[in-house]
Amino acid sequence: MTGPASGQNGECEILAFCCNFCAYAAADLAGVRRMQYPINVRIVHLPCTGTVEMEHLLAAFEMGADGVLVAGCLEGGCHFVEGNLRAKRRVEIVQQLLDEVGIGRERLRMVNLSASEAGAFVARVEEMVEAVNRLGPSPLRRCASACPEQSRREGEAVK
Amino acid sequence: MIVATRKPIAEIKGVLAGHEKVLFVGCGTCMTVCLAGGEREVGILAYAIRIARRLEARPIIIEQQTIERQCENEFIQELAPAAERNEALLSFGCGAGVQALAERFPTKPVYAALNTQFLGILEKQAVWAEKCLGCGECVLSEFGGICPITRCAKRRLNGPCGGSTSEQCELSPEQPCAWQLVYHRLEAIGQLENLERIVPARDWRCAGHSGPRTIVREEHRI
Repeated sequence: MTGPASGQNGECEILAFCCNFCAYAAADLAGVRRMQYPINVRIVHLPCTGTVEMEHLLAAFEMGADGVLVAGCLEGGCHFVEGNLRAKRRVEIVQQLLDEVGIGRERLRMVNLSASEAGAFVARVEEMVEAVNRLGPSPLRRCASACPEQSRREGEAVK
Repeated sequence: MIVATRKPIAEIKGVLAGHEKVLFVGCGTCMTVCLAGGEREVGILAYAIRIARRLEARPIIIEQQTIERQCENEFIQELAPAAERNEALLSFGCGAGVQALAERFPTKPVYAALNTQFLGILEKQAVWAEKCLGCGECVLSEFGGICPITRCAKRRLNGPCGGSTSEQCELSPEQPCAWQLVYHRLEAIGQLENLERIVPARDWRCAGHSGPRTIVREEHRI
């Protein structure tokens, strides 16, 4: 892997929220076919991208992710009818927030694919890794003066 | 209900610049329903402000609490311990809520996270429309339940102006002329004769033009 490195292992770290009915199955298929894709991606297995809340995306960035990928079904093909469309709107809102706070919307991306598209999954992951490497590590990693988990715990303790 | 929108993050970050420990206070009534200042919006903005402050190498500790209503002392009391622990409060209430918190906690700075917009209703999902100005002298009974004072841009009380064409207000093609709505409504309920009466110039003093209004109901006082 070339480009700016930021993770503990010297690579950028990308969190991928993957829907069980498409992207997760596509990632599984990519594995079965012995297709290679970058090691930077950590997959979060979801029943549907509609379960991704804006807080999850923001928490990923606060806890140090360099990029976040939301991978859902093709539009019109959601197992729960409109979960991926809801996720799309949430991603757009969080992209706007990321711009406002100074992280930048480019670090959050939503892609749509079907369960049989192992090649497309690998391609989308490679594109994301390339884009994040081009951007460099998350600006939050460069500001290591605060512990995000501490402030979050203190903030939520009284809720 | 009261409808509000969130202020830009840069503005909120600016007012909190001098503080390191802040209580974000959500409101569980109107502000929750209009998706501007409920528990969820408080949580999302807390993430955004924490990230923004860390990027400036000036971390902030945010405590969050959402109460039923910020405009009633009975509920504001629940905030007292958390307010004591924090340097300042950021209110996600309407203008009344912010001022109620400021009165209740005289030694704590209280900042507004929202811009209070109007009294309105949810017309369709995520679309709110202004319906009432709170002008103190309701004319809805005469005009078929449609308020020309709120919904006519010129606040006219005696029919449409010359800018009303094709049932639209001249301000915007999306804006229906309030007087067209009044006409159709009165026609539908058989009260078109209401439009024959000339409405005299109204007294705007009760609309807040003579200072802030106070209502005292002696029969309910203890």
